[in-house]
Amino acid sequence: MFSGIHRLGAFLIESTHGAGYGIWLLLHTLMQVPAIVRTKSRKDLYRQMFICGIQTIPVTVVVSIFTGMILALNGGLSLEQIGQEGLIGRIVAVSMAREMGPFMTALILAASVGSAMAAELGTMKVSEEIDALEVMSIDPGRFLVLPRVLSMAVMTPVVTIYIVLVGTLGGAASAYFQYDISFERFRTDALEYLTLKDIYTGILKAFIFGTVISIVGCSEGLRARGGAIGVGSATRQSVVISYLLIIVLGYYVTFTFYYIEW
Amino acid sequence: MELTGVHKSFGPHAVLRGVDLAVRRRETLVIIGRSGTGKSVALRHVVGLERPNRGEVRVFGHDIQKASRRQIHEIRSRTGFLFQSGALLNWMTIEENVALPLLEHNRRMPPDEVEDRVLAKLKLVGMESARRKLPAQISGGMKKRAALARATVLDPDLVLYDEPTSGLDPVIASTINELINRTREALGTTQIVVTHDMESAYSIADRIAMLCEGRIICLGTPQEIRSSDNPIVQQFIQGKTSGPLALES
Repeated sequence: MFSGIHRLGAFLIESTHGAGYGIWLLLHTLMQVPAIVRTKSRKDLYRQMFICGIQTIPVTVVVSIFTGMILALNGGLSLEQIGQEGLIGRIVAVSMAREMGPFMTALILAASVGSAMAAELGTMKVSEEIDALEVMSIDPGRFLVLPRVLSMAVMTPVVTIYIVLVGTLGGAASAYFQYDISFERFRTDALEYLTLKDIYTGILKAFIFGTVISIVGCSEGLRARGGAIGVGSATRQSVVISYLLIIVLGYYVTFTFYYIEW
Repeated sequence: MELTGVHKSFGPHAVLRGVDLAVRRRETLVIIGRSGTGKSVALRHVVGLERPNRGEVRVFGHDIQKASRRQIHEIRSRTGFLFQSGALLNWMTIEENVALPLLEHNRRMPPDEVEDRVLAKLKLVGMESARRKLPAQISGGMKKRAALARATVLDPDLVLYDEPTSGLDPVIASTINELINRTREALGTTQIVVTHDMESAYSIADRIAMLCEGRIICLGTPQEIRSSDNPIVQQFIQGKTSGPLALES
């Protein structure tokens, strides 16, 4: 029993330390933002933007097409029963813009880019590269974390926009082939019902998710210790924590924008 | 550079138990000792990568524990550190790695001057032909030489070497030893080298200090170390399996 209490205590201390370090790293990185303007080399920033925005295109295209098709297929099944399958357009467009677009983007980026950040920084940590930066008086927060957070904060909304567009197209294709709804009818219904608020809420969510995924990936990587096992553990933890935060923050952003009277 | 009564523990494990060591200007001091005795930990104290639990570390007149961020920055900008693995950044070419401290510390330095200085340092270590390669494309010995070029690119007053010859074949190890000697001659630097390679220690050291069980147990010239009557020192430098040094410690 005592060993159980000991393990629980150690887990709580470690979790609190991790959360505190993540918040500190976020604030520290935000304070370094002006440095990106002064720096001569933005090679790492562009490299990170390429990884987030371009290298993820194949998987995001496949996932978004099928997400849109599933939404159209399932929505159509219910609407068909009440003879309203013509409303598939609005269901697909609003769901993709408001929830599924940023959510699917965040899941893909947390699994591919966030975990890679944790692995890369974790490997740098255990192979003394982070120490080498510190000895050269180079702040790892400015040099390593800032380009990663900025690239994710900028590119996650961009990826979300094309996931929403491609996903909606997938939904339109499914509606056409399964329920014989023309593209024109789908488009008219979607645009009629979609509001500006749906779009900016989705983009804001993507911005928050991107920032959170990159901070979690970087902080887990920078806290890695103990060689390959430590790097593996940091990578796994970054994905688990990112997924939890995406779900929880996603709920609260939706709640804030759609259920609180401003 | 001076360590006085330095104690350092990691959890319940005491690594340094009162290290006293003073390094003279422009000398090469080699710290020897068995693996896991805290040689690297002692070295990391010099640049503030570790802080002592007790005792004092003075570098360039500053007490590391009480030094401000600006003072730590000053100490580090006057110090080069060659890490055991080289610690080159893997997405940068060799010349970008070597240029990094220059660009960070001299933001207004013209690009031509940066290039000239980087090339001069790479020539000194015989790496100019590999300057556009990535660290993953070169051998371990080349990584060490490139890391040495990076450690000395700011012409530091103090250079620290953590196991500079470990994992290298005898020919490359001798090359690294020569480079360490050449660096001191060319730049007039003070150097601290951590190693358990006695061949290397004898060929580069002005003085050798032996660290055992968290304390310096012997300090002297290579000749004095060779003729030391301390049985622990004799067992270590001769690599004997029997003697006061227990195998499991």
